[in-house]
Amino acid sequence: MNQIRNFSIIAHIDHGKSTLADRMIQFTGLVEDRNFKDQILDNMDIERERGITIKSQAVSLPYRAADGQEYTLNLIDTPGHVDFSYEVSRSLASCEGVLLLVDAAQGVQAQTVANLYMAMEHDLEVIPVINKIDLPTADIERVMEQIDGELGIDPYKAIPCSAKAGIGIEPIFEAIVKKIPPPKGDDGLPLSALIFDAKYDPFRGTIIHCRVFDGRVRAGDQIRFMHNGTVYRVEEVGKFLLTRSRMESLGAGEVGYIIAGVKTVSDVHVGDTITLDGRPCAKPLPGFREAKPVVFASIYPIASDDYEELSIALEKYKLNDAALVYQKDSSVALGQGFRCGFLGLLHLDIVQERLEREFNQSIVLSVPSVRYRFTLKMGEVLEIDNPSLYPDPAKIDRTEEPYIRATMMFPEKYLGTVMKLCLDKRGSNTRIHYPSPGRTELFVEMPLAEVIFDFYDRLKTLTQGYGSFDYEIIDYRVSDLVLLDILVNGEKVDALSQIVHRDRARERGVHACDRLKDEIPRQMFKIAIQGAIGGQIVSRSTISPFRKDVIAKCYGGDITRKRKLLEKQKKGKKRMKMVGNVSIPQSAFIAVLKSDTD
Amino acid sequence: MDRRAPPVPSRPGLYVHVPFCLTKCPYCHFYSRSPFGREDVNRWLDALSLEAALYRDLFPPFDTVYIGGGTPSALTASEMGRLAAAIRGNFTIEPFSEWTVEVNPGDATAGLLAVYRDLGINRVNAGIQSFDDETLSFLGRRHDARQAAKAVEALRNAGFDNIGLDLLYGIPGQTVEEWLETLSAALRYGPEHLSCYELTVEQGTPFSVLREKGVLPPLPEDLSLRFFMETSGRLTDSGYLHYEVSNFARDASLRSGHNRKYWDHTPYLGLGPSAHSFLDGRRWWNGEDLDAWEKSLREGRRPAGGEEVLTAGQRCLESLFLGLRTSEGISLDGFREEHGIDLLARQGGLVERSAAEGLLVVDGGALKPTVRGMAVADGLARLFSESLSLRDGVSGPSGT
Repeated sequence: MNQIRNFSIIAHIDHGKSTLADRMIQFTGLVEDRNFKDQILDNMDIERERGITIKSQAVSLPYRAADGQEYTLNLIDTPGHVDFSYEVSRSLASCEGVLLLVDAAQGVQAQTVANLYMAMEHDLEVIPVINKIDLPTADIERVMEQIDGELGIDPYKAIPCSAKAGIGIEPIFEAIVKKIPPPKGDDGLPLSALIFDAKYDPFRGTIIHCRVFDGRVRAGDQIRFMHNGTVYRVEEVGKFLLTRSRMESLGAGEVGYIIAGVKTVSDVHVGDTITLDGRPCAKPLPGFREAKPVVFASIYPIASDDYEELSIALEKYKLNDAALVYQKDSSVALGQGFRCGFLGLLHLDIVQERLEREFNQSIVLSVPSVRYRFTLKMGEVLEIDNPSLYPDPAKIDRTEEPYIRATMMFPEKYLGTVMKLCLDKRGSNTRIHYPSPGRTELFVEMPLAEVIFDFYDRLKTLTQGYGSFDYEIIDYRVSDLVLLDILVNGEKVDALSQIVHRDRARERGVHACDRLKDEIPRQMFKIAIQGAIGGQIVSRSTISPFRKDVIAKCYGGDITRKRKLLEKQKKGKKRMKMVGNVSIPQSAFIAVLKSDTD
Repeated sequence: MDRRAPPVPSRPGLYVHVPFCLTKCPYCHFYSRSPFGREDVNRWLDALSLEAALYRDLFPPFDTVYIGGGTPSALTASEMGRLAAAIRGNFTIEPFSEWTVEVNPGDATAGLLAVYRDLGINRVNAGIQSFDDETLSFLGRRHDARQAAKAVEALRNAGFDNIGLDLLYGIPGQTVEEWLETLSAALRYGPEHLSCYELTVEQGTPFSVLREKGVLPPLPEDLSLRFFMETSGRLTDSGYLHYEVSNFARDASLRSGHNRKYWDHTPYLGLGPSAHSFLDGRRWWNGEDLDAWEKSLREGRRPAGGEEVLTAGQRCLESLFLGLRTSEGISLDGFREEHGIDLLARQGGLVERSAAEGLLVVDGGALKPTVRGMAVADGLARLFSESLSLRDGVSGPSGT
């Protein structure tokens, strides 16, 4: 066990986490250079394109240290977005130490701090690493001051490196070996292993990623998931050497996988404890929580005939994403679909993109919503995340909405504009903290719904990219809510309805009409768009029809060419949903949530 | 000579593509060789006889012949004579058929036109394009306004009583008023037929290179519509029938009998490189290469460049978009016979809506576009075919 180190890399988005992981893998010679594909751990196209890690990954790195000993360094990669902070916490719980990666040009950011706090909660050894030191804009001294002042870590412990250029990689390995303590644990105790991830394999079922704390697990064991008590027989255990490598057993302190005939990832809960059915441990490992969706939206197939196909696609998708929850839903305007719950807007984006790319589905999403709480006069309490289920206003006694505590970090000069944005977003209980000269940390309590509605993008714009953001949900608060409907040619499009604060309703109605006017292409007939609250029109816009749409020349026998042109134009409209007699593009449903400034 | 409408049901039409031009116009995407020599023409004529022979038993008698290009008037009198002989030697042409030839104004000499008359050509379509020198030089034409005028006079003097003039509008920098002057100049000759096309930038032409460079921006929609409506208004006021998006005839009998066949799935045979043919739901075309076309004919093969068998959905889409381009519109009975679809029953809502917007009328058992409807014929056709395929899956396999 003394030769094992379990660690994770934590960083603000884009600070180079995946690149560093790549470089470390390359350094150990696990992959030959010529076979190397950038960002090995980010397997999905979306991950590579967006530069974020969505799913955790793990890899065991063999390393011969300066002391001459062979070590196994288990790198547990973590998702890099606030939507997935619970998953991050479970990965961290599987480690003894972290590399805290800070961009030499951008310095400490909100997620750096949030991640550090999380690492500290788990009592992890923190090794600061300053990345991208080869950038012309790198300011290592300033970053060292921030590490000292804002993170309270001895800046001289920081290792300068450039993951991209391969500079300073070996010192990082040495620091891991020397500073991060080896795992503690006892092979002789009953098994307790923490699940930090689960992946679906079409041939083997669910691959459970876990860290063994005590005991030992081997093929043939009867294991039990302590949260729901289900029991499985272990088929195979092993380690991650980029690909899965079967092992005799996994013992205390080790990181690896278990295959046990678990059909879907939804049968496995990240954070749950695995023990032996015949000899269970006394109590589960701490920190388990069920992933709770906070953002809801409905998914509809663009062509109603594709409902069954979408249903199958969702089922398959769900095999690999336990966080997605969904149930059948139907819309008057859009037909049969599914109501889905997501961990956040990014998660929603990812699900949409993967359904389209990997499952070849043409879908539209309704306007995302949070889960509101309605107390009726009769005393009944309803939790509603779908505007189409909005209760009869006459029966509502009290309406509440979820609030978050947002943490933002940015240079002090943006304080005024960021404060204004937060107040616009109904922020309250503001606290300001100056972790170091010139830098501001702002804590604000805000309705979650306001954060969904174009908050992060605007924060980025207002702070010229320097603002960073993190949040946690705190509670429900009383709020004056109304239902905003959108009518297209007089027909209500329920998928565009939103529950909004009364003070915002008119403004949001105007905004929705304007955005839809931009998003819905001109068509053969005039399109009238209206925003309505309880039957009262609060906003409107009009899309003028095409007045010239015909090719001039259609003689010569080459009719085929002209027809193909029309067929192509028709195909271009495939990503649109017919609502009544208007084609509404996919983008329109999300656009009503975006500001005019993008 | 009787010029009444062609016999019903209409006979197939014959098209011959003359793939030669003295100079190439920078907007034209039709296939031609330029420069060319007389030996090229000879080879083409020899091969054309071979090609005609390959199809002689496949088509019933034709009642329209259209000699287009390219520049048919680039052929000498004797070459045109050989062409006519090749046609008559291989096919039966009905008496009183419509024989059209396209003429470049620069070529319209009295001698050549007299030969045309002798060969039985009874309709001439002159590529006038404009009566404005500046416009003509921008369009890269080899004639000027004076020659254009002389050409039309020469046609009349030669005894042609069925003359069509091709004109282009929407030239960059051209105002609607300037265009109307060209139109007025054309009207002075009382042509039996007028084709007024908005300048379209076709891929692969020198103009498309200019457009990519941003030199030749597309006409703004409002302006394009104004050109279209003013053209229609002026010509309708002058007694012309606006019978197709870009085509006008002095009366119904003077519509182009040959072009109409392209629009209603009447069979046609096209000879010469790049020519298209249509028969029994199958459309095929020759490649755009004189040498390859000639070679395959010399080797006794049909010079096929490609072919397609129309699916029910494609046929339906063609009927819609072609029908909506013409003032005759889509015959409801004809549509039901050809496609098994009762448009009024199935598309009643859309018809009603289009009618309410002033784009269509239901008249005499047909769905007829108004002038404003013709201006959006493609959009209307898409709309009809979309809602048909959504409800009925008529558009055939959609899994693309």
